[in-house]
Amino acid sequence: MKIAMTLNGETIEAEVEPRQSLVDFLRGLGLTGTHSGCEHGVCGACSVRVGGQVVRGCLMLAVQADGLTVDTVEGLSQSGEIADLQAAFHRLNALQCGFCTAGMLLTAQDILATNPVPSRADIREHLSGNYCRCTGYQAIVDAVAEVAVERSGG
Amino acid sequence: MKPPAFHYVRPETVAEAVAAHAAAGDARYLAGGQSLLATLNLRLDSPDLLIDISRIAALRGVRREGDQIVIGAMTRHVEIAADPLVSRYLPLLVQAVGHVAHPAIRNRGTIGGSLALADPAAEMPACALALSANLEVAGPRGTRTVAADDFFRGTYQTALTEGEMLTAIVIPIPDSPARPGFAELARRKGDYAMTGLAMMAGPAPRIVWFALSDRPVRALRAEAALVEGKGAAIVADLATAGIFVTGDQNASPDVKRHYARVLLARALKDLGLS
Repeated sequence: MKIAMTLNGETIEAEVEPRQSLVDFLRGLGLTGTHSGCEHGVCGACSVRVGGQVVRGCLMLAVQADGLTVDTVEGLSQSGEIADLQAAFHRLNALQCGFCTAGMLLTAQDILATNPVPSRADIREHLSGNYCRCTGYQAIVDAVAEVAVERSGG
Repeated sequence: MKPPAFHYVRPETVAEAVAAHAAAGDARYLAGGQSLLATLNLRLDSPDLLIDISRIAALRGVRREGDQIVIGAMTRHVEIAADPLVSRYLPLLVQAVGHVAHPAIRNRGTIGGSLALADPAAEMPACALALSANLEVAGPRGTRTVAADDFFRGTYQTALTEGEMLTAIVIPIPDSPARPGFAELARRKGDYAMTGLAMMAGPAPRIVWFALSDRPVRALRAEAALVEGKGAAIVADLATAGIFVTGDQNASPDVKRHYARVLLARALKDLGLS
């Protein structure tokens, strides 16, 4: 099937099989920052933004994104939108193996957009659908909390 | 895993969607896809055709019609949580939506999808029962309305027949004395409930359990005790009276009955009923 979308600010067209997930489609384009983990919506490693909202890239087909706006961690990195989050993750060791990091960054950016001054409990709840199998949650919450303070003029 | 191959169509009207289903050998309606695509990825299902109903404008949004609120079946959980009509007239749904999975799932998942799937541990089916909803259905033989009371038939079993789809959830605006109560136990916020409660307190109360049986089920004895003005302790003791409770990987029937008693006592306390 022929599809078109605005991917990281660029209009693209592609031919895809209906069964191809959005995350596999993106990775096939070389955008391998988004990871494919459990492939049934549990782990959050495949998080991407569609129409400005964070979604599971494994629970959406590429054909469903036809005509929509899709942003990946690469797009958010290049635009500088999450530069402060990335710096805080680095500074506070909020990643070990890095497999969950793209999903964590997108979900963290999502909570800061909707709730600029979240409590630690709010952050934990919002990130509850993203697994870190290195179990580094404490540092991840630290990093998001720190950026929340910085962004709110803290 | 990856799903088996299938064909895909994206109709723009309900009539086109129903016709596509009738013409196909083995089709599924694709709403938010948050359970269906996981099911396909796990290869638990292998339809020939997916009919994506997400761009059918008539299935989206919340509106008031007289003394009823009409919620389009494709309305996503995130939209229900933010809708002013829902907040004003159906606060039970706002309380419940916060327990539906995680934000990324709520951004895609729909109320109609949740009802049509009929997972026994899901929040929305219990809310539909507690709010005396009527479910509008379209299919190859036209349209019909099914009361939520008659819709849920068992684990993943509903009154929908081959080729039928939900189009809207119609909820009578509760009388002003009716107040919502919601409580759920899960191991982690967003996980499926181990035991959950959705209720409307008032002159004609409805107390509905989920994750306790193979479908959402009313606590009729507890409701009757509430009407009779019995104290909260007596009502809570009747939480699961007359209900066949099934155990699952989370808890045995005895443990679930205990959870139910605790949840009902908490909800009654939150409602100021003692």
